[in-house]
Amino acid sequence: MIHLTIDDKPIEVAENRTLLEACREHGIHIPTLCYHPALEPYGGCRLCVVELSQPGRRSRLVASCVYPCEEGVVVKTNSETVIRSRRMTAELILAGSYHTPEMLALGEELGVKEVRFKLPEDNACVLCGLCVRACKEIVGVSAISVIQRGIAKKVATPFQVTSSRCIGCGTCVLICPTGAFKFESVTGFQYVSPLESAYRLGYYRLGGELDLRPHFVQDVAELLISMKEEE
Amino acid sequence: MNRLQTIAEFNVWQSALAGRWDETAPCLRVCDGTGCRALGSQKVLASLREEIQKAKLETPIEVIGTGCPGFCECGPLLTVYPQRISYQKIKLSDVPEIVQQTLVKGAIIERLLYTDPQTGQHIHLEPDLPFYRKQKRLVLDFNGRIDGTRIEDYAALGGYRALAKVLGSMTPEQIIAEVKISGLRGRGGAGFPTGLKWEICSKNTKKVGDGYIVCNADEGDPGAFMDRSVMEGNPHSVIEGMIIGAYAMGIHQGFVYIRSEYPLAVENLRIALRQAEAAGLLGRDIMGSGFDFNLAIRLGAGAFVCGEETALMASIEGRIGEPHPRPPFPAESGLWGKPTNINNVETWANVPYIINQGGQEYAKIGTEKSKGTKIFSVVGKINNTGLVEVPMGITLREVIFDVGGGIPGRKQFKAVQLGGPSGGCIPAEHLDVPIDYESLTGLGAIMGSGGMVVTDEDTCMVDFARYFMTFTQQESCGKCVPCRLGTKAMLTTLERICAGGGQPGDVEYLLELGDDVKNSSLCGLGQTAPNPVLSTIRYFRHEYEAHIIDKKCQAKVCKGLIHYSIIPEKCTGCLVCLRNCTSNAISGAKREVHVINPQICTRCGVCMNVCKFDAVVVN
Repeated sequence: MIHLTIDDKPIEVAENRTLLEACREHGIHIPTLCYHPALEPYGGCRLCVVELSQPGRRSRLVASCVYPCEEGVVVKTNSETVIRSRRMTAELILAGSYHTPEMLALGEELGVKEVRFKLPEDNACVLCGLCVRACKEIVGVSAISVIQRGIAKKVATPFQVTSSRCIGCGTCVLICPTGAFKFESVTGFQYVSPLESAYRLGYYRLGGELDLRPHFVQDVAELLISMKEEE
Repeated sequence: MNRLQTIAEFNVWQSALAGRWDETAPCLRVCDGTGCRALGSQKVLASLREEIQKAKLETPIEVIGTGCPGFCECGPLLTVYPQRISYQKIKLSDVPEIVQQTLVKGAIIERLLYTDPQTGQHIHLEPDLPFYRKQKRLVLDFNGRIDGTRIEDYAALGGYRALAKVLGSMTPEQIIAEVKISGLRGRGGAGFPTGLKWEICSKNTKKVGDGYIVCNADEGDPGAFMDRSVMEGNPHSVIEGMIIGAYAMGIHQGFVYIRSEYPLAVENLRIALRQAEAAGLLGRDIMGSGFDFNLAIRLGAGAFVCGEETALMASIEGRIGEPHPRPPFPAESGLWGKPTNINNVETWANVPYIINQGGQEYAKIGTEKSKGTKIFSVVGKINNTGLVEVPMGITLREVIFDVGGGIPGRKQFKAVQLGGPSGGCIPAEHLDVPIDYESLTGLGAIMGSGGMVVTDEDTCMVDFARYFMTFTQQESCGKCVPCRLGTKAMLTTLERICAGGGQPGDVEYLLELGDDVKNSSLCGLGQTAPNPVLSTIRYFRHEYEAHIIDKKCQAKVCKGLIHYSIIPEKCTGCLVCLRNCTSNAISGAKREVHVINPQICTRCGVCMNVCKFDAVVVN
């Protein structure tokens, strides 16, 4: 067992737990966006930051979803620094997706009063990478990835053309927190594509209705979560 | 050549080469680094060889293309041995004269010598140049003396003797102890103690039974080229350092991650690797010691973020060059999950010296916490642009004014940017601070990889910060929110200020954003990206305020805040500015006063440059 202090309370957790898992086990709320229990943590959205103090080091912000619990560390999940960082991060996310209801709600939760900077075009995709990881880790096809860098970064198939690897299962649609994918049925095919894109990621031949789940497993995500818990 | 089978064989080979090495023999050494090549040194080299043949001299004179000795400002550089006469800015047309006058008659050509701007006197010999006088050259020592693509040259000057020494008489623990005693710290920027890093990695390697070492040669800071010059001019020193490190940590596979924008460095490194393998200094059973080590080159594809160690490893593995959070640190779980030790080019190149001279001797150079020397690339508004290697603890003033020769055109020094886009600026009042890791960090800058960009009174610090922000914003990988969007928000604000649209509260907003990007970003790129902005606000806040409140750019750089006009009394109506204007913004007829239309004018400044009567002014 590992002993650490979270929000002035001594806490004991099993080994190989992240700070986020320890907090959630102890009922401490931490906002997240790019985290999903069934997927490898990513550390990209920075909403889950907490303030970490180690003996002999200056305290600093770390992403709790990827930071492992270490013996003797002191963690603050709601210090002024943490709150300020999360608020600014939420404001910055809104700078790129200022019309997305889920993100507006997030901004409100974290105390964003005004979005002082906005990109010329907003986009529902916040690049949390959940779809990319789900496609790789759950579906196992890696049909989509991120391309380019910085603010030009986006989720796409190689060369931005319909991918023969995509099986049109819709896992990306299912896992996307902001509804950044289109999911449509056209003449017996089920198509998946990013919003405002000129191409489709891929498709799958339908038997009947739209099937918003990986068709080969009832619900892979839930299955993986239960597997992880059994470990 | 045949593979050297034993250390004894190496010793025979090396001492034979050392015996033949003679710097008192007549020889021409021409810089063949990227900088001098761009100025035509290859043609000069070829022509020198041709002219010497034509001249049919009694004693043969060798012509060597060497690595960069550092005095890039005056390239192409030529040094005539044995006297070490230093000729500068050689043109192809100077070659016959050099051969006839200097080689045949032994006369010195005055106009090709360096002129000391202080005294106005010609300086004949290379060691007397003020540029070299305050330098202490450990890593750059062979640059300018040897042909980096000849292993024989390197070995003749004692190259690979450190490797023979460790394989023959030192245990891995002794090597690590020696590096620890030397006090060597990472030259890539962060300054982590190298010996300690090796110790941690070696422990983990023992546990796992396997590991990797990497040389980070993804030097990407604007204005920094010390790693390039080391790899071009003396690639064997890096290779030797890496083999010693691998032996100390019990590792058998290494990588050099080098950016493909450095074609000559890649080429010379490839040549050096082949030579070392052929000589039995790399590969299986090095010098019969039973130790195996392979070294491979991996090319970067032009992403600055791949200089960050976790992104670098992702790139080597063939994944997207994105960083991932630490822990786990590379020393625990790096390349393909194995313990990995990553050091910068300059760090590796310091290792042979430490082994040869001993850690104690190395630790005598420098300050209490920062040992040895550091190479800086001094660029910007400075007389002697180039590479300088100075002992730690030297002051910035000495580097900029004594070695760098001060600011051109009698302009006032304003600030120096240390550590490239990750560093900060240091203004004139702190010029007497000794250069060491801690002092620089205390001033809001960093040692970084050693880029030193000097600015003068004509540099606008807001524009300067905007430049570095443009760089980091373009190079942000986009994985984490604060860096992807925070740098964009900062850049957009800076651009607005420079364009004249600054609003009260902008400085506070920049400070708030900068603080957040620094504290919340995933990797070193984002965590340091706001530094140029934060440090310019710290030292030059008045310039920001002048831009925002008074709408004035004192340095007359920001196009949104300046306008060009013609003084009617001085204008002769010569039509020169009108003809040269790129946007047809100037009206007027011959012998009539010209007028600039500010609506059309793009503020390019051509009219001011071409006016012979100083009639064009900028406000």
